[in-house]
Amino acid sequence: MNKADYKDVYVFAEQRDGKIQSVALELLGKARVLADALGEKVVAFFPGYKNTESAKELIAWGADKVVVMDAPELEHYLTEQYSQAMSQAIDHYKPSIVLLGATTIGRDLGPRLASRLATGLTADCTGLDISEERELLMTRPAFGGNLMATIMCTEHRPQMSTVRPGVMQKGTKDENRQGEIEAFNPTFDHAKFKVKLVESVKENKGKVDITEAKILVSGGRGVGNPEGFAKLQALADVIGAQVSSSRAMVDAGVMPHEVQVGQTGKTVRPALYMACGISGAIQHLAGMEESDFIIAINKDKFAPIFNVADVGIVGDVHKIIPMLTEKLSKMVVKK
Amino acid sequence: MNIVVCVKQVPDTTVVKIDPVKHTLIRDGVPSIMNPDDKGGLELALQLKEKCGANVTVITMGPPQADLVLREAFAMGADRAILLTSRAFAGADTLATSNALAGALKAIPYDLIITGRQAIDGDTAQVGPEMAEHLALPQVSYVVDCEYKGGNNFRVKKETEDGYEILDVEGPAVFTVLASGYKARYMSVGGIVDAFDRQVEIWTEANLDIDPGKLGLKGSPTKVMKAFTKATKAAGQVYEVDAEQAVDVIITKMKEKFII
Amino acid sequence: MDFELTKSQKLFQQMIREFAEKEVKPIAAEVDEEEKFPTENIKKLGKLGVLGIPTPKNYGGAGGDHVMYTIAVEELSRVCATTGVIVSAHTSLCEDAILDNGTEEQKQKYIPKLASGEWIGAFGLTEPNAGTDASAQQTMAVADGDDYILNGTKIFITNAGEADVYVIATMTDKSKGNKGITTFIVEATTPGFSIGKKEHKMGIRGSATCELIFENCRVPKANMLGPLGGGFAVAMKTLDGGRIGIAAQALGIAQGAMDETVKYCKERKQFGKSLSQFQNTQFQLADLQTRIEAARYLVRAAAWKKDHGMPFSADAAMAKLFAAETAMDMTTKAVQFHGGYGYTREYPVERMMRDAKITEIYEGTSEVQRMVIAAKLFKK
Repeated sequence: MNKADYKDVYVFAEQRDGKIQSVALELLGKARVLADALGEKVVAFFPGYKNTESAKELIAWGADKVVVMDAPELEHYLTEQYSQAMSQAIDHYKPSIVLLGATTIGRDLGPRLASRLATGLTADCTGLDISEERELLMTRPAFGGNLMATIMCTEHRPQMSTVRPGVMQKGTKDENRQGEIEAFNPTFDHAKFKVKLVESVKENKGKVDITEAKILVSGGRGVGNPEGFAKLQALADVIGAQVSSSRAMVDAGVMPHEVQVGQTGKTVRPALYMACGISGAIQHLAGMEESDFIIAINKDKFAPIFNVADVGIVGDVHKIIPMLTEKLSKMVVKK
Repeated sequence: MNIVVCVKQVPDTTVVKIDPVKHTLIRDGVPSIMNPDDKGGLELALQLKEKCGANVTVITMGPPQADLVLREAFAMGADRAILLTSRAFAGADTLATSNALAGALKAIPYDLIITGRQAIDGDTAQVGPEMAEHLALPQVSYVVDCEYKGGNNFRVKKETEDGYEILDVEGPAVFTVLASGYKARYMSVGGIVDAFDRQVEIWTEANLDIDPGKLGLKGSPTKVMKAFTKATKAAGQVYEVDAEQAVDVIITKMKEKFII
Repeated sequence: MDFELTKSQKLFQQMIREFAEKEVKPIAAEVDEEEKFPTENIKKLGKLGVLGIPTPKNYGGAGGDHVMYTIAVEELSRVCATTGVIVSAHTSLCEDAILDNGTEEQKQKYIPKLASGEWIGAFGLTEPNAGTDASAQQTMAVADGDDYILNGTKIFITNAGEADVYVIATMTDKSKGNKGITTFIVEATTPGFSIGKKEHKMGIRGSATCELIFENCRVPKANMLGPLGGGFAVAMKTLDGGRIGIAAQALGIAQGAMDETVKYCKERKQFGKSLSQFQNTQFQLADLQTRIEAARYLVRAAAWKKDHGMPFSADAAMAKLFAAETAMDMTTKAVQFHGGYGYTREYPVERMMRDAKITEIYEGTSEVQRMVIAAKLFKK
């Protein structure tokens, strides 16, 4: 392998039911930064069916070129179909870097491709950079997030990485951006298709498991009643969070037991824990103090919750939460 | 039916702590456990064994102490256990690991290969699919349910971000299983009593059908350049400001933390 | 001499601890609050082989030993003393009693069902007027053809009502005192056998404790456990084994209370320091943990002696005496360390303190244990 033969930063542009996934745009944002550092191009691999039309969108989000693979075999994601198409495309285009979203698709396809191409793959990266030697520096959490590791793949090409959704920043959309759209027609070996899609079901995953939530908006006595919790829910909806509760509100019958945080409830460890009107009794703290980031809002400036909070706000949740919700909802729409 | 389950012994990362001064992992006193998703995979294998009869072989790659997860597998109901252990395997990344496992699998009869979606120490979810590719087998990852349909046929349920897929699979195949789909049984007391009297087969690179250059550190395209701990929590700050300013503070902090 | 658990014992400890944490602990408060027999968990334990740990495999048991059995009772009691005593009474007082004293026929008939948990076992000795003094038995068994006819009442019987089979001490010849006592195996479905009043207890509230009533209850002679007139020896030997189980229960309660207290003292801050940073906390808990560890050695040594066919009567008495008093002290201190919270049901130490008390009373009070130990001292 001659490393010099491989260049440009490629992104696997994931689509589902023809819709380009947000993570693909985030990858384009990051790929743009990496490509600029290398003085190379951003290219999107875009497999799908009848998807040629939407390739322009990828240009608008930062791709210099889109390699469209438009075939009925690629309508729904299936491991072997996509592996065949993508590995042929990689063999043909020789990318230096290939980024995939760390989704159920990217994490299924990425290792299959890396293995077929006999190259390295780094999973679930949260940071990507270019070294002085023009190598890709891939940083990822390990040991359940207790440790970060920076990984390189210096002797093999392409350098492959999956990236967690929501980690990278999208670029700015520019409908007037110019770029090249190129069709690539892989040949399929149908004899190797051993997996058939019977049905694909979308469910509104309303299952409440607060221990799995990345963000928890948690309410206590200061929230007080169902109306108060409705305000928390509105905020949660905007930021993709779940609502949890202190014991007081569960005992009062306002919230169900399965969302109770604390000694007699659940132990949670979200990326963000927003304690709203929770004083922070020791039995509550036991269930949440390991959270990565804690924002507490409470009227009482001596509330013990402020001892564990990264950010403490002395104030009225009934005022602050609706204002926060409104402001955030505008920002999210803008995004 | 011959089912092979690949398992890994991992440190229980839920009890791993960080030394607050040296910023290193404290591994002392951290118990080693069978990786939860792998244990779910073993449960699926044992359920298939109960329903339609199967011979369940468990294989692990690791240091000699990894013997313990195989004893655990015996006590849960596995029939055969193989420990891949050798210095030649040390320093393996996911590709080299998948090569070693695939090399071993070539020497074992199988109709179905099961492993966990990912291990809690690395969280990569790569070894299963990489191994499937080496063996040129179809794969389904994120499996939460599996039904044997006779012959070589399986119907599986795969979890996705926004629902699930039902897939028909013509075996032999590799499934990677979620612990949430298969709550693993406990070891039986009788199984525990016998577990240490049974034989764990010890295999080295000599038992594998594989180019030694593809194993261990040599066979690993990725290298860890540095490992570090996340910055420790700064002391919290309490703001006594009006509601509007409070909202701004919160939004700024959320942006800093990439939450929005 | 080896103080380490064997590999199997360690692996078993891992398994039963996980079971205790995941299946037992979450319902411990409910079991206590609602006086609810944990039927589901007992069934699961039976399926796993925990209801026949030291029972040989040829009788459907797990083929383990009594050290493993004490580990089971300790780990279960650490989170729920009710579950601990159910397993203990079932194994030591019924299953072991039949294994140690039964005919081959009796073993074949009852042990596989008990070991698998299909049947639950219990043991009846205590009567309203025969507690520590077992010779005052008033439940009479009178021979009648191929049967014995039982009449009388037993009280405070653990697992009563839930059990399918009972080992019952009766008087077959009043004139002979202790030598007139005979034990029988009585199935719950036997006509003339019924369950009386259920006790409402201070602790171990989920375990069923009831009165047993025998009214012309006809039991076949084939169900006589041990020789005619040999019941006192059967009962005493059985209680010796049972005491190891109760000692393990007390040990578990003590360790559970210690775990909770350590956790609380690390979290709870007063005067700007966590409680664990106060020397008073450290010294008191160091002393208590030393006693818990000593209790653990006594418990396992007694079990080990039983496994090796050595006399263990005094060892079991010492283990029970020491572990029970340690449990009572530990749980009382645990509540004290928790302060006001410790007096509420928000924290499990309140329950643990109530649970601990019974270990100083049943299967021989602490005073009886001292009598047993002293008797050995002065025997020579």
